[in-house]
Amino acid sequence: MKKAKRSDLSIDLGFLKLRNPVIAASGTFGYGLEFKPFLDLDRLGAIVVKGLYLDPRPGNPPPRLAESASGLINAIGLQGIGVRAFYDKILPQLEDLKTPLIVNVCGNTDEEYAAVIEFLNKDGRIDAYELNISCPNVEKGGRCPALSPDHTFSLVKLARETSRKPLITKLSPNVTDIVSVARAAEEAGSDAVSLINTLLAMAVDVETRRPRLANTLGGLSGPAIRPIALRMVYQVAAALQIPVIGMGGIMTGRDALEFLIVGARAVEVGTANFIDPGASLRIVKEIQGYCREKSIDKVRDIIGTLRTDNG
Amino acid sequence: MLNDPAASIIRKKSWDDYVLLVLRSPRIARRARPGQFLMVRVSDRPYPLLRRPLSIHARERDTIEIFFTRAGLGTDILAEKKTGDTLDIIGPLGKGFSISRGLHGKTVGLVGGGRGIAPLYFLAKELRAKCVRPRVFYGGKTENDVPLLQKFARLKIGVFVSTDDGSAGFSGFVSAMLEKELDRAAPPAQIYACGPDPMMRRVAEAAAARRIPAQLSLEAVMGCGIGACWGCVKKIRRGETAEWVKICEEGPVFEASEIIWEEK
Repeated sequence: MKKAKRSDLSIDLGFLKLRNPVIAASGTFGYGLEFKPFLDLDRLGAIVVKGLYLDPRPGNPPPRLAESASGLINAIGLQGIGVRAFYDKILPQLEDLKTPLIVNVCGNTDEEYAAVIEFLNKDGRIDAYELNISCPNVEKGGRCPALSPDHTFSLVKLARETSRKPLITKLSPNVTDIVSVARAAEEAGSDAVSLINTLLAMAVDVETRRPRLANTLGGLSGPAIRPIALRMVYQVAAALQIPVIGMGGIMTGRDALEFLIVGARAVEVGTANFIDPGASLRIVKEIQGYCREKSIDKVRDIIGTLRTDNG
Repeated sequence: MLNDPAASIIRKKSWDDYVLLVLRSPRIARRARPGQFLMVRVSDRPYPLLRRPLSIHARERDTIEIFFTRAGLGTDILAEKKTGDTLDIIGPLGKGFSISRGLHGKTVGLVGGGRGIAPLYFLAKELRAKCVRPRVFYGGKTENDVPLLQKFARLKIGVFVSTDDGSAGFSGFVSAMLEKELDRAAPPAQIYACGPDPMMRRVAEAAAARRIPAQLSLEAVMGCGIGACWGCVKKIRRGETAEWVKICEEGPVFEASEIIWEEK
């Protein structure tokens, strides 16, 4: 029997070409190096490294994790080594990586986001920035930029003016109208949006009546949030011209395909990396398998092909 | 570290709440050192979502053992597994216990509370192979809580037993029994301990007061076990400062003197 032809999984975001639509999500893939023993990083669509502030961040006290039904609530507090240590110690180790490298950019203030971007602009290895607009903003009483279209607009505009690289704005689902925030990012010059970040959540230990997280509140991720994520990606993809990257509880190739069908140009895989460090690559293979089975030559042909007629 | 998606259970032994599983996983077995752990997937369904961290209890040429107690949904499912079933495991993970050359010919104390005894069996065998003499302090809530007594006895290692209710051995905490022995006999050259945090803290204090170096294997809820999620942290002294350090990556074994315990 003749072996079926391999489908073309490549994706063009306009500003970045990906060999396939599967990207490892920020905060779940460390700085990339942690996963080298488990998969060939070069075979992924792209990698987004853990969020970087200008300075190292201590993070929250433990407990930082609470498992829930089909989900995980985390309150890590964006612990990290800071942009300088990343540049000096981590980037050289990623030099040989052939996969596009996206850096997730954080800030306590709008100026800090700009400072991180300015610091990294000189690096030739980084292909794009993902702006994490869900960081608590110290000048706005801890409210994060993602909660308001106006703040999203002004922050993305500042980042756009500072950045010499493409900019992806990562949206928070903790808003009433995600489309208005997405539009603000687009109007401010973002090259793409990615969504969703985690959903604000909590869990209580009824024995002690204490919150199960030291921070009381945390962000829910995992399969539990996938239908909500999918709905938001569907709405945003219908409203925007720029590419949409979908994420939220993707565990399998079929989960990823749901996002592509409702209009995502690519997907990010997050929490699945914790359970199965080879998940991202497995998902690539599962998408390939689906395309072959359905005789789809190019995966990009299924993007935004949701059928809503009654036929 | 390796991912073995199908380590088969070749033997199982259960006590009331405790379960021992012998897994065939030659590549992981060959690399395992005492104090290291596995991330075990208990189900391929989305709930429970996370793998469970379990220390390596014993190792033979091609097999590794895990010894655990039913402590919730994940370990309940694991306890129901049968001989012939396979488990998806990642390991060996973390940095294990270190055995310094200076310990050759000397006596060391191994202190285990409840399921915390698990890694100390592997360690005891390794110590013996390196001509170090282990003495085990094994504590539980009741006599049903110390099921590994005979297993240690078969190694011909001296075991001191304590139970909180006095139903077997010393009546009281294992840390109290340890202190009593430390004051009675010549102190060990090194202490190794694993158990619940309050126990470990008392062991650390007892060791520090007598200037005995101690290595503690910490337990934590872990998201990934490979250093990616930053979920399992402990405050650790680093020179003049202290920081939240990942237990999975830099531990689970730490020098007692570098651990900063939370306020009581």
